[in-house]
Amino acid sequence: MKFDTPATTNPIDRMTVVGRAHSRIDGPLKTTGGAAYAYEHPAEVADPAYGYVVGAGIAKGRIRSMNLDEAKAAPGVIAIVTAADAGKMGKGKFNTAKLIGGPDIDHYHQAIALVVAETFEQARAAAGLIRVDYTRSKGQFDLAAVADTAPLKGGEPGKPPEYRVGDFEQAFAAAPVKLDQRYTTPDHTHAMMEPFASIAAWNGDALTLWTSNQMVDWTRTDLATTLGIPKDKITLLSPYVGGGFGGKLFLRSDAVLAVLGARAAKRAVKVALQRPLMANNTTHRPATRQRIRIGATPDGTITAIAHESSSGDLPNGGPEAAVLQTQLLYAGANRLTAMRLAVLDLPEGNAMRAPGEAPGLMALEVAMDEMAETLKMDPIAFRVKNDTQVDPKTPTRRFSQRQLVRCLEEGAQRFGWSRRNATPAQVRDGRWLVGMGVASAFRNHMNMTSGARVRLGRDGVVTVETDMTDIGTGSYTIIAQTAAEMMGVPVDSVVVKLGSSAFPVSAGSGGQFGAANATAGVYAACVKLRQALATRLGYDPADLALADGKITSGGRSTSLEQAAAAGDLSAEDKIEFGDLDKTWQLSTFGAHFVEVGVDVYTGATRLRRMLAVCAAGRIINPTSARSQVIGAMTMGVGSALMEELAVDKRFGLFINHDLASYEVPVHADIPHQEVVFLDEVDDKANPMKAKGVGELGLCGVGAAVANAMYNATGVRLRDYPLTLDKHFERLPAVA
Amino acid sequence: MTAVSEVELSRRGLLAGSAATAIVVAAPASDAAPLPQAPAPTSLPVSFEVNGKRRELSLDPRTTLLDALREHLQLTGTKKGCDHGQCGACTVMVDGVRINSCLTLAVMHQGDKITTIEGLGTPDKLHPMQAAFIKHDGYQCGYCTPGQICSAVAVLDEIKRGVPSHVQDDLTAKPRATNVEMRERMSGNICRCGAYSNIADAMADVAGENA
Repeated sequence: MKFDTPATTNPIDRMTVVGRAHSRIDGPLKTTGGAAYAYEHPAEVADPAYGYVVGAGIAKGRIRSMNLDEAKAAPGVIAIVTAADAGKMGKGKFNTAKLIGGPDIDHYHQAIALVVAETFEQARAAAGLIRVDYTRSKGQFDLAAVADTAPLKGGEPGKPPEYRVGDFEQAFAAAPVKLDQRYTTPDHTHAMMEPFASIAAWNGDALTLWTSNQMVDWTRTDLATTLGIPKDKITLLSPYVGGGFGGKLFLRSDAVLAVLGARAAKRAVKVALQRPLMANNTTHRPATRQRIRIGATPDGTITAIAHESSSGDLPNGGPEAAVLQTQLLYAGANRLTAMRLAVLDLPEGNAMRAPGEAPGLMALEVAMDEMAETLKMDPIAFRVKNDTQVDPKTPTRRFSQRQLVRCLEEGAQRFGWSRRNATPAQVRDGRWLVGMGVASAFRNHMNMTSGARVRLGRDGVVTVETDMTDIGTGSYTIIAQTAAEMMGVPVDSVVVKLGSSAFPVSAGSGGQFGAANATAGVYAACVKLRQALATRLGYDPADLALADGKITSGGRSTSLEQAAAAGDLSAEDKIEFGDLDKTWQLSTFGAHFVEVGVDVYTGATRLRRMLAVCAAGRIINPTSARSQVIGAMTMGVGSALMEELAVDKRFGLFINHDLASYEVPVHADIPHQEVVFLDEVDDKANPMKAKGVGELGLCGVGAAVANAMYNATGVRLRDYPLTLDKHFERLPAVA
Repeated sequence: MTAVSEVELSRRGLLAGSAATAIVVAAPASDAAPLPQAPAPTSLPVSFEVNGKRRELSLDPRTTLLDALREHLQLTGTKKGCDHGQCGACTVMVDGVRINSCLTLAVMHQGDKITTIEGLGTPDKLHPMQAAFIKHDGYQCGYCTPGQICSAVAVLDEIKRGVPSHVQDDLTAKPRATNVEMRERMSGNICRCGAYSNIADAMADVAGENA
């Protein structure tokens, strides 16, 4: 189905199932331990061998020699895989660094060997006996040293490296009110709870790979490229994914090593990347150094806005696109955004939840708060004043929906914003300095081709098959709701099967594109199945109603069981997109409100209240959508207050590479969180009229926390994370 | 960049590498004949009760309780998130007390009574805490969920038994199942999806029923 004109009325609009809160259909399995993740397939793989990964002990250089003798002779060892005996390996389209290092090493903890043994304990012990002799080369690990001189790099291939509208420099020089500030965000790691894990089993030249991955087809394709295996010989299965956040978008070393290990051991092999290897072996969100300049007239009209950001990556990598939202979020006749990309020899930078916007809004939305204060304006009023309903570069191009102002104003009312004291450091509650902060949330919606197969069985059960993944996002449930709405059956008459390469290729999970596109693909397949039903029954396909397990047309009616009595009916289709996303700007909006307390004695910051108001098209399931947003708010608190991969600039690694030293929010850090979804249907997006929320919920949270802290203390912090050492000396007097 | 001598590098590298098992020492490549395979370590017998069922195992003594459950008894509901006692995904109850099963060896549990997520309830017969997690959407990816649920059940029991915590105003007073109290006690169970607010609601729901 090609979606190239705005959606008209369709069966989803009935909203008898879609749009209603529904508990997750995978809930009973997930809460009782029955959901089988990648490493957990004892029924399918009876006698696997165990792999243990060895990571490089240098950041850059060469392996001079590896002595495997002792490890090979260790009890239980079946095989050891290294680059030296893996044969010629390619590199997948989505990988910057090769996944198996040797002899050249590209980054710290790059995988250099897999020890395969009868048991996990034996593999681990033998891995400790491998002796590696390295030649270490000098590397560049310090972004600050190279940020300002690194070359300009556009966000997309073929686009000029600087984005300009009007004449920023002239307008900024002439502006009566100005801001020129610098902000930094550190490297972040996804730290999903399930480690990267895979089981590989060969049967002749056919490979079955269970792996924890967000994008089944990308990863299957890249595995074929990397190992020179015909793609059609690979079955990839990822039915449950224990968190991804962008880290599991790509083929990673656990999968490649499991496949090579299984080939060498002539046995199925299971590999879970050890937690202490994850931060340096895999990808991370790169650190940024940002500069924001805003010029305005005294009434608060922005006349000039510039956002520049530097980040680093391995050779041939990409920038953290922290400036892109600034092209679209606020009005202003003169604009500049630019990115610089330094070559760093740290591990590979890549997508982490809301790549670009997450660190970009952590800077921009603090700058907006600072500018509002300079203008003596309320920060909400300043944002409202500079709202735009069009793409500022191309004013004929409108947003399909843009309810930012309503998000801000409705949030203000619900949160009690009028009680905020605009003068910082004025509100005390016992030992706590109390402050409120706000930030806009913004993230674009992306269209992705997405396919599905739908079958109506003789028992009236509708089965959906698609390679879509559920990484905690609620895919199982919203796909069941979509099929139930389209076929007129209850949710418990729908069976959803996900995450297999045997099923039609879907959008996959990432970039908050999963829910809207995957359900639109299911919609397309259901439309085809409805037509097939009409044809079989001789009904007019233009006049079909499916409800309560019956199909009705022109006064005639048949139960779905009867319709399927002659045999199962199956249909497959995919949603494909025209250029509505070029005619219109498809985006999602929100507003985050935060109240913090800062302990006047210790400087410790505690969250007291949080509210998000979101406008993101039709919300398919308010329960799982709300969970996406509160989870993102939680990650936003982490990025504001504690998360930082600390770079060891001597040895070129993230030194706090485990869950004890890379701090993420825990229960005690997170108060009750409120989420409000504004009513919205976006007919330019897809037939579901839905967009994404999973990343929107993160966008702006960090800045809202920072702004609340400033309101509490009067100390402005611009270098994340906002730990107490950074404001302790400057806090108001205790008495 | 600070200059670092090769001697310092090796010493430092050894420290850094040992955490990840890569050992950085100068060692010549060997052309000698392969070493003979060393004998397997002795297995030790252990028996304990898991979810009311007597289980007898013969294990490599290095096997953690977590791996005994997951790899030897195929009870994969208990999760391995970090294997270092940092995340809480492996939480089970041993003789009614919650522990990180990755931080204890299986052979230390001779005669113990172990309860895992599979022993709390089944899809057809959910434990009240499992039902409350579903009702309040107290999970997303589901990977930390068994540990969260085991911890949540144990936390309410700890509060009931009067075990004190860091956030009590009066350590000698009987603790109550308040939001702050439960959040403090649950803080060893990380949920990176960020379902905390909903987990707190689920626990409050169950605590309310019990009160």
